[in-house]
Amino acid sequence: MTTVDGRHTIDREAERIAYKPPEIRHDTQGDLSTEERVEHAMHHFVKNFNTQTASYLDGCLHCGMCADACHYHVRTDDPRYTPIWKIELFKQAYKREVGPFAFFYRLFGFKKKVTIKQLEEWQHLLYDSCTVCGRCSLVCPMGIDIAGMVSMARHGMFKAGLIPHELHETAKKAAETGSPLGVTAEKFEDRLEWMADEHDVEIPVDVEQADVLACMSSIEIQKYPESMAATARILNAAGESWTFRTDGFEATNFGMLSGNTEWQKEATLKLINAAVKIGAKTVVLPECGHAYMAMRWMGANMYGKPLPFKVLHISEYLADALNAGKIKVKKVDKSVTYHDPCQVSRRGGATKAARDVLKHLGVDHREMKYGGDYNWCCGGGGGVVTIKRADELRHRVFKLKMDQVEATEADELLSSCANCRQSFDDSQEHFGWKYKMGSLMEMVAENLEEDNS
Amino acid sequence: MDLLEFARGPALQWAAYILVAGTIWRIVGIVLLEKKPDYSEPRKSGGYPAAIKVIWTRAFTAEPFAKATLYPKMMAYVMHIGLFAVIFLFTPHIVFFEGWTGFDWPGLPNSVIFFIGVATLVSGVALLVRRLTNPVLKLISNFDDYFSWFVTLLPVVTGLLIPVRALFRYEDLLAIHILSVALLLIWLPFGKLGHTFLVFVTRGTTGMVFERRGAKT
Repeated sequence: MTTVDGRHTIDREAERIAYKPPEIRHDTQGDLSTEERVEHAMHHFVKNFNTQTASYLDGCLHCGMCADACHYHVRTDDPRYTPIWKIELFKQAYKREVGPFAFFYRLFGFKKKVTIKQLEEWQHLLYDSCTVCGRCSLVCPMGIDIAGMVSMARHGMFKAGLIPHELHETAKKAAETGSPLGVTAEKFEDRLEWMADEHDVEIPVDVEQADVLACMSSIEIQKYPESMAATARILNAAGESWTFRTDGFEATNFGMLSGNTEWQKEATLKLINAAVKIGAKTVVLPECGHAYMAMRWMGANMYGKPLPFKVLHISEYLADALNAGKIKVKKVDKSVTYHDPCQVSRRGGATKAARDVLKHLGVDHREMKYGGDYNWCCGGGGGVVTIKRADELRHRVFKLKMDQVEATEADELLSSCANCRQSFDDSQEHFGWKYKMGSLMEMVAENLEEDNS
Repeated sequence: MDLLEFARGPALQWAAYILVAGTIWRIVGIVLLEKKPDYSEPRKSGGYPAAIKVIWTRAFTAEPFAKATLYPKMMAYVMHIGLFAVIFLFTPHIVFFEGWTGFDWPGLPNSVIFFIGVATLVSGVALLVRRLTNPVLKLISNFDDYFSWFVTLLPVVTGLLIPVRALFRYEDLLAIHILSVALLLIWLPFGKLGHTFLVFVTRGTTGMVFERRGAKT
């Protein structure tokens, strides 16, 4: 399916720091002809044009202010990284094919057809250099949601077989095995058992009826397994009727990140079906930003009707449980700064939840300058952290994050997203940085009051 | 029919027809596209109040971006407020609108309007210089950006020239001014000047979508 250029081999085991960027800047998948790639891209660009996107694509003033909000442009001064330029082809397709004056654009050749050369060039702009963080959407004087359109433009790129290899491979693995890191149901069960023994905690699995379905991200299962134990300790302490399910545990959605809506839907429905099967009233999503976007705000639309349960990010669950007195925590005598996952806070609307949790923990919470909804992204969102050829650029933009964190002089750095955590860990290693990213949920689990009566 | 009669009569009339028809066509062309239902459980009510909120709030720059966008924002404010003042608060224009609508309102003294007109022109030139020199704007700009700039400022220039009667007759200067306005009205619905009405759609849409999520707008 995916064509690996000889000059650009995929070596998953290679040290990231030692990785040399490939000479070519675009990858291809499948055996499509050049014409077919263009045709598929255009067809799937057009499929995304609705009233909302049309008003956005018609409304741009070309004021360029979005460049000042984008970490890629701010750190490189490269005008190609201007957010609205990243969707230039999407705009070009709209104006030529669908817009109110498309006939004139075509008749007089005002808007040229999108070419394969452009699509290849834009692969870098739509994938390597956009984390879909949405900071640009907040500066736009017209209120255009540029990040949302980058996601839509990716649909066309995927269908044209023009996405970065690593992201394609990861998304494909997720579609085939149910997990982007190849975590099968058996492996998940094994690791849960290991964590239950290691932490002496009861972890219910495959319970037939439960009020709460808890999910995980493969990044946590594989790289931060303590998250599983922490989730269990918290839900047990809250007295919930809950379970993990081996037929629906993976909350990440690489179909969404790569631009394949079919894979996105499959992953979403797997979780929904598991929740419906056990009669869950609430699905608690793990510390993962894009998982929140995929289920909380896009899940019902994939399902085609309202979801029969509530969807909560773990930080929202913690805030609710602490506010309601279902769980109690010991005070933590530390100063902490919190990194907001873009899809949970800025784009997801759950900014307050983590702050409520930090308040209950009694930490000296030091808000970053322009933190919260205006936070700089970790640089690894939108699937970017999987794309090795983008590492150099990702590290470059991470400097903004480092400055933002260091200015707080906090003892600890926390977040509530395993993808951000992975991105921070990698950059921390790259720069030999003093801060190590920690988990908000794990801090709560470590400081639970034993007697919760 | 002399030039002034043509400008005041058929030119302005047809420009108005094209303005209305083009605007309706563009809005209908957008509104008639598919509307996707959102089945997600809202965190907040959203709806039209959210749209109105963002139509207003997005007129102001959020603090984190204030420094970086200060220069173009200030110039844009001067230009937009200036255009509003010279169009709607100049006494001869008010008389013209009264003829159409039957309503009148107090205007500003001519000397003040002249000063505002000059400030509008200066801010427009400053924005053009920025577009021609800033690497981001040089990359993303196209014909529409430059032509829209031209047709917007042309009536300001021709208006400011009316009191200067050294080379031309007053009637000719007035006719040229009105024709430049006609050109502006004809172009307005088709290019980026459509933001005159699209700003309500784009800001309003974002307000409704993100406010229901409880997200930052």
